[in-house]
Amino acid sequence: MALTWTLTSAFGTRFLALHGLAPWLRWLGGRLLAGAGAVAAISIIVFGATQALPSDPARMVLGPEAPESSVLTLQRQLGLDRPVAEQYLRWAARLVQGDLGSSLDSHVPVLQLVQARAGNSASLLAGVLAVVVPLALGAGCWLALHRDSWFDRKAVSALIALKAIPNFALGIGLVMLFSTTVFRLLPAVSLLEPGRSPWSQPAFLILPLATLALAGLPYLIRLVRSAMIEALDSEYVLAARLRGVTERRVVWTHALPNALIPAIQGLALTLSVLLGGTLIVEVVFTYPGLGSALNAAIEMRDIPVIQAIVLLVAAGVVLINLGADLLTVLLTPKLRTALGAQP
Amino acid sequence: MSRGFLRQPQARAGLLLSGIALLAALAGPLFAPHGAADFVGAVYGGPAQGAPLGYDYLGRDVLSRLLLGGWSVVWMAFSSAFLALLAGTVLGLVAAYAGGRTDRTLSWSADVLLAFPNLILVLLVVALLGRDPWLIVLTASLAFVPGVLRLVRSLALGVAEQEFVEAAELLGYPRWHVLLREILPNVLTPLLVHFGSMLSWAVTILSGLSFLGYGVAPPAADWGLMINENRAGLQAQPLAVLAPVLMIVLFALGANLLAEAVARSNAGTEQR
Repeated sequence: MALTWTLTSAFGTRFLALHGLAPWLRWLGGRLLAGAGAVAAISIIVFGATQALPSDPARMVLGPEAPESSVLTLQRQLGLDRPVAEQYLRWAARLVQGDLGSSLDSHVPVLQLVQARAGNSASLLAGVLAVVVPLALGAGCWLALHRDSWFDRKAVSALIALKAIPNFALGIGLVMLFSTTVFRLLPAVSLLEPGRSPWSQPAFLILPLATLALAGLPYLIRLVRSAMIEALDSEYVLAARLRGVTERRVVWTHALPNALIPAIQGLALTLSVLLGGTLIVEVVFTYPGLGSALNAAIEMRDIPVIQAIVLLVAAGVVLINLGADLLTVLLTPKLRTALGAQP
Repeated sequence: MSRGFLRQPQARAGLLLSGIALLAALAGPLFAPHGAADFVGAVYGGPAQGAPLGYDYLGRDVLSRLLLGGWSVVWMAFSSAFLALLAGTVLGLVAAYAGGRTDRTLSWSADVLLAFPNLILVLLVVALLGRDPWLIVLTASLAFVPGVLRLVRSLALGVAEQEFVEAAELLGYPRWHVLLREILPNVLTPLLVHFGSMLSWAVTILSGLSFLGYGVAPPAADWGLMINENRAGLQAQPLAVLAPVLMIVLFALGANLLAEAVARSNAGTEQR
């Protein structure tokens, strides 16, 4: 992602003529601009997709028996008789002000509905990260230090296999193992009490968390492993060893920090994959997060809610990538100086 | 592909697993003892004589529905991966070779599309436009195109700098000739690997879509749909869920193992 982002940020810098600024500020400005452009494009796609709906929203609200005249009145009230571009701009303007409309189904403001669900999903994802990041770093480094051993080869094969298993299959497998068929230790569905933090009801959190962790781990472990192997094979590690630096110092202060940099991009990718994964996993466990809300909204054709959630998730992915690129540049001496040295 | 390909345990395991799933999907309909919508037993009935996998939530034969339900997953997965491969390769070659504004626009569009998690993109379109199988295939492939585009673009940029491409250009061959005869053959193997991964993702997305209830319409048999329908009876009749889950896993896993094996037999022996 980084390469193409750099290309697109070149777009931005030229457009805004940020030439006078400090190089890193210019880079950041271009990058933010490209991100904002991506979010704008995403909002157009989301709006456009809902425009393609075959049925008329005014007709849907009023029902099939309503007279044609009241449908026309509502259409005028909702601005549906305006050109599409104008409708989009009005929609986007309200969006920026935080007005996401109200649910066609429950008539609750979308913002309120989405906020509660987003909190639950964020708790779940935070828990997954807290498990996945240390495990991936530990296991990846350990495998790299024991590369090509019997255990390493078996572990890599197992990780390849684990990565291919769909999320819902993992979830159902865990449910069968721990809730229904083999053991009966944990609840099969996560019926959280509304209004309380998911963390105060940990029994409901374990299985969805484990499913997503198992889905995210294989890729990240292999990434850390190969980044660490590459670092250990590099010339600076050889040089450190030749200087007589202890092996422990070589691993911890020379190799590991350099192996972490690709892991940041990998983590960003994992996060965006997990955002998609929560959709399915939340439905498997009836966990009340964004995913199950989106599923319910699609079932009810509740367009404002669908728009809000899809937009939120996609904008979240853009933000995650932005953060990862920023961290990568800050942590890579070569890139940092390259940006500083630009004329 | 080297001759050592089949000597890798991963290649053999991949062939075996995806072979079982493909055989069940393609030849299965010939052997299904009952129709997909025939009510032949008790609701959530366990394994019985003539029904080794028991009955589903409506009392239909699980084995028959399993044998009939693979075809939709397989053809849709193959077509969406193949369409994405075609479109992504063309766009990627164009981006790499044209460069400049064309390249920037294409790469930026790919990034925008990549911001949507695959399943959400497909769900959005299917939820709004309906569950026509070809629409699902097209949207799923649309979700894959950016990945192919970026892969082909970066590979082609690497190849385009090599001497034989320069030689062909100096000899005055037309642009399409350079693209198709000089650059494309050199990116084929990584593309094959990517195709295998895409198959595995496509199975995941398509069966996930059916699992959520937006894929193949009932009462047709479909592995993802079977999971969705029989999930409520997980306690009473686990086989009705376990059997389709296993088939999906076999297919996705087999395709992924084959892709890894192709990648490895070309990269040498080092596991990375």
